[in-house]
Amino acid sequence: MGTAVTLVDDAPPDTRQTRSATPAAKKRRGRRENLAGYLFMSPWIAGFLLLTAGPMVASLYFAFTDYNLFDSPKWIGFDNFTRMFDDPRWQKSVEVTAKYVVIGTPLKLLLALGVAMLLAQSRRGQALYRAAFYAPSLIGASVSIGFVWRTLFSDGAVVDRTQSLFGSHVGGWVGDPDWILYSLVALTVWQFGAPMVIFLAGLKQVPRELYEAAAMDGAGPFRRFWNITLPMISPVLFFNVLLETIHSFQIFGSAYVVSNSQCGPADATLVYTCYLYQQGFKNAQMGFASAMAWMLLLAVALVTAVLFWSQKKWVHYEEDAQ
Amino acid sequence: MSHSMRRPMSVTTAKKSPGLGRRRTGSLVWHVGALAVLAVVLYPVVWVIGASFKPSKDVINSLQLFPGHPILANFKGLAKGIADISIWTFFQNSLFYALGSVAGILISCSLTAYAFARIRFAGRNLLFSLMIGTLLLPYHVLLIPQYVMFQKLQLVNTYVPLLIGKYLATEAFFVFLMVQFMRNLPKELDEAARLDGCGHLRIYWSIVLPLCRPALITSAIFTFINAWNDFMGPLIYLNEPGKYTVSLGLMMFRDSDGVAANYGGMIAMSLVALLPVLLFFLAFQRYLIDGMATSGLKG
Repeated sequence: MGTAVTLVDDAPPDTRQTRSATPAAKKRRGRRENLAGYLFMSPWIAGFLLLTAGPMVASLYFAFTDYNLFDSPKWIGFDNFTRMFDDPRWQKSVEVTAKYVVIGTPLKLLLALGVAMLLAQSRRGQALYRAAFYAPSLIGASVSIGFVWRTLFSDGAVVDRTQSLFGSHVGGWVGDPDWILYSLVALTVWQFGAPMVIFLAGLKQVPRELYEAAAMDGAGPFRRFWNITLPMISPVLFFNVLLETIHSFQIFGSAYVVSNSQCGPADATLVYTCYLYQQGFKNAQMGFASAMAWMLLLAVALVTAVLFWSQKKWVHYEEDAQ
Repeated sequence: MSHSMRRPMSVTTAKKSPGLGRRRTGSLVWHVGALAVLAVVLYPVVWVIGASFKPSKDVINSLQLFPGHPILANFKGLAKGIADISIWTFFQNSLFYALGSVAGILISCSLTAYAFARIRFAGRNLLFSLMIGTLLLPYHVLLIPQYVMFQKLQLVNTYVPLLIGKYLATEAFFVFLMVQFMRNLPKELDEAARLDGCGHLRIYWSIVLPLCRPALITSAIFTFINAWNDFMGPLIYLNEPGKYTVSLGLMMFRDSDGVAANYGGMIAMSLVALLPVLLFFLAFQRYLIDGMATSGLKG
């Protein structure tokens, strides 16, 4: 790399002939590289300042104000936060979101891993299966699928009738506060294809010799999975757990559409962002909504930090990997 | 590969064929398992196709996947539009949003990625970690202040708030994808070009971009689909039905017609709204399968 850089030279032709760059030429080139770098980066830098960093600071400020968008924000200290902790609907939204994340994410990842392991035993038709299983991840977030979901889980529709065959009659999940959240869990599990594709790529990297050696030592399928597959794909597993968890904290569209824009019934699908939306955009409580957003950020940061901390214990990176 | 192939073969030649028999049952179990997953996964998609040809009263209650007497009334009804707005208007709006997003992402993310991957400038490691940090940032923290800003600038009810981020490379995922791709291009290419007197802009445009085609195509497809499916952005920023995207048009359809009365129409419209993504997917599927084949060769 170092030698390559001395060969690369944008300096004018007269100095370039010498090749062994003088300190002055090096400095000039360094400055030109800096200028070029920041020019190429300028859209991102503008976007970062205007649409990310600036709004984050503003949001932190709003969190400590009473702000309805029309009058200027009024500083109220920690009132939004104390109000939030006392608010039964906020508590409910935390509960609903936690339930959704804790049930949905592991189920989705288990299914993704299971199906990836099934597909990894390369057989005929594998590419087709892989593509078909991936399709729901592309359409799952659409309003169309939200409608389809609501219909399939309605009273008298296919899920209800199938369930009734097994002697448990609910009368449609979407109308029942005890059941509707599970229809959202089913919707996210249905989109297992995206993490599956990543697992599959990871499984393909596991050297076959390891399995053959283990089989010769008499290790059964469970031992092989536990001692070879799992450690070998742990970086991929970590990546999937991190991404899926953060992603599912932020569920909005499907909860909103499947619940008929109500996030109900009885707040049963009042996911965190849905309550944030109602407070910010329906009740014009911009300060309260900003405070809620910062609590979400803290929760996501905490989960991310815990996952990164825990990876020392269970994620196995190969030493010779770059 | 050849090793694992040889072993069962030698077993089969030695004894009659217990190995082959086991492989056949194994294969059968595999296919039964895969087909079972396939049936559950594809059910909603197949269902929506069949249901869009059913009369409204049968949409929920009929368990037949495809109606005995398919009708076209649901689709014909769509031609009337929703609340005096033609379906085509929603499609044009969504198309504008999706294609506008694709153009923005391709330009801004590739420029940023080029800087990260190919230019050695001071502070690039710091900026790169900031960029990765935004990948994990929940969008909702920015939602309120961005809305306040666009409201003050009187840009609510325009497409500016929806599109501007795409032109300012705020979609860190695509920057990251392109950086990873550009890093793997041979450095010698730039060096040769530089000796010929090319500056960064020429190298970016004539050498790096053409070689990044796969990453650009992947980014373009994902951007199009994300914009097409986007619901929260249009919900917050657009408030005039003539400007609605397909997602909002669908919501308006449901709220205006009364769900029970025109269930068939709603399902037909849902199918029509899914079609562009499904078509993109069918085109994209080839990429998946080709990628599969090449990774199979390497492995």
